[in-house]
Amino acid sequence: MSAIFDEKIHQTLADSKLQLAIFAATGRLMEKRRKAVNADACPDYQELRTQAHEVKRHTIDHLDYYLELFERNVSAHGGRVVYCKDGTEVADFVLGLARQRRASLIVKSKSMTTEEVDLNERLEHHQLESVETDLGEYLIQLAHERPYHIVAPALHKTKEQVADLLTERLGVPRETVIEKQTMIARAVLREKFLAADIGISGANFLVADSGAIVLVENEGNARLTTSAPKVHIAIAGIEKMIPRAQDLAVFLRLLGRSATGQPLTVYTSFLSGPRRGDEIDGPDEFYVVLLDNGRTKVLADREKRESLYCIRCGACLNHCPVYRKIGGHSFPWVYSGPIGAILTPQFLGVNHEPGLPFASSLCGACAEVCPVKIDIPKILLDLRSDVKKSEEREGASRLERFAFRAWAWVMRHPRLYEMAGMAAASLAPSRDGGGWVRSAPSGIKVAPLDAWLSQRDLPSAPAKSFRQLWRERR
Amino acid sequence: MSREHVLHKVRTALGRSTGQPVDQPPPVRLNIPAAGIESRIAVFCERIEALAGHTHRAASLEGARSYVEGVLAGRKSAASNAPILRQCGITALPGVESGVMDPVALRALCASAACGITGADYALADTGTLVMLASPQEARLISLLPPVHIALVERGRLLTGLDELLSILPFPAEQTSSMVLITGPSRTADIEQILVRGVHGPGEIHVVVV
Repeated sequence: MSAIFDEKIHQTLADSKLQLAIFAATGRLMEKRRKAVNADACPDYQELRTQAHEVKRHTIDHLDYYLELFERNVSAHGGRVVYCKDGTEVADFVLGLARQRRASLIVKSKSMTTEEVDLNERLEHHQLESVETDLGEYLIQLAHERPYHIVAPALHKTKEQVADLLTERLGVPRETVIEKQTMIARAVLREKFLAADIGISGANFLVADSGAIVLVENEGNARLTTSAPKVHIAIAGIEKMIPRAQDLAVFLRLLGRSATGQPLTVYTSFLSGPRRGDEIDGPDEFYVVLLDNGRTKVLADREKRESLYCIRCGACLNHCPVYRKIGGHSFPWVYSGPIGAILTPQFLGVNHEPGLPFASSLCGACAEVCPVKIDIPKILLDLRSDVKKSEEREGASRLERFAFRAWAWVMRHPRLYEMAGMAAASLAPSRDGGGWVRSAPSGIKVAPLDAWLSQRDLPSAPAKSFRQLWRERR
Repeated sequence: MSREHVLHKVRTALGRSTGQPVDQPPPVRLNIPAAGIESRIAVFCERIEALAGHTHRAASLEGARSYVEGVLAGRKSAASNAPILRQCGITALPGVESGVMDPVALRALCASAACGITGADYALADTGTLVMLASPQEARLISLLPPVHIALVERGRLLTGLDELLSILPFPAEQTSSMVLITGPSRTADIEQILVRGVHGPGEIHVVVV
């Protein structure tokens, strides 16, 4: 585990207000989901999950076919598909288009994919104003932070903090009533929508047989982003594909219920191409940027490929006992929680934060609530093994390797094993009378042992070993 | 930019070659329950009201007009070109502007109007959802910019749910560049998970079943 990961975790644990905010927010989201997927509200929930998993597996296994089909259908409706291998190419494309159209203001609706490539920072670097319009994302942008949660980006902010933020950044009088804070943001952003030259959205789904993107939201900012400006650019990872519009019957139902407990979110937009000849309004230009940025690396790994089935509902975050304690900002990249713990090492390499796959109790709650049945705990185990292999390659764990070899050798020699067991038992008497060993004996100072015991207690050794008991029984 | 590069990497990762055919995808799963029109209307209205939307069942075109007239109370409003609005006489109500086809003029109207009045191509009973297809009859912004949205739904357009919609419209893109499903008023819970309505879209929604 890196020092920065450790430090951020401890900061979060020490902040009691933050702990309460995370606990309350994730708890409410869990409750909402539970009510929306129980047998009365959604009798075929498990069948929907199975279908979603099967459809995603099929699509991802034949992704090249569906990408080309999608592209043909976008073109047929007068739009254009742009493939980008990384964030630089995305920024170059947007900048180039903005220059051609003499654009200076961009409105954005929520997109984790653009967070992934730091698009706002890249655009601002070139004097383009790029404004987030989802309320939570807007606050996060004002605070120069990263989303705390895939679905609820400002989950960690209290209304007092929001009041300070709005006063400081917008110069408005301090306002602590949430309704009024929301209306302040609405007024500012309404002006931006009406003045913007380009709208950038993400995409919850790419529909191959229609050449359409689907956006799911509650506020209406994605509708405004994709309807008001003359140019609409949707930016999505290549894995967001589904084969048919009819598959939405399964995916939309699962996404809303898993994310916020809604059977359908307030707005679902199904957008294919620019405004057509006889339609009254809508963008004149429509682009879909399909981003790789490491996804093809994940695709190449048959065992972990299913990480790409994710529909970004955030349910695994809400249900994760680790996320609920260490929060979103402890995680080393834009994706947090269990899904972040499996995506980050695969996108950025296991050495980006070697501690990440280990920051889990493997309790399995994430897999249980995943609407597309990604086996996150299994992938975490695979990644732990990848971290170890990588450490071995670098020779970083010679001591650990020696220790395990020695242990294996001892285990192959029964008499020696028994003596080692007796020695260990006599060295580790319980220290608190309660039958638990909480720290290493004072005579023994081994750093790895201290570290291990700092977070775990061992039951103290019984008076007789199993072998002794066995001998007596016979 | 990187079209060939990305597609090549995808194919290499999957061990597939250019133009290789695909297996059949899993069969589509659509579940359309049987529900009579009266129960559909009842569920539809119940759902919308649960989301703090308003509903009204109008026995006649005149009934629909007088309900809308009451909501408008003479305020400046933008009406779409949906034929039913004209048939009801809603487009002739005081303060109502209709028939705007120029996008710039329409945007200005919607940005300053108190109410937007539209039809609905379909409605989904089990979720309380309006289905709006962009067309010469329906602009995107009328149901979006004004703080109040009033929609007239003809009862024959009321489907059981999303599955039935997708069985009737398996390829929405063939008909429109924009199909939007609207389920209740615009809302957010981004600050302390406190529900606030009308953050960007209309905070008040009235659905009249004709």
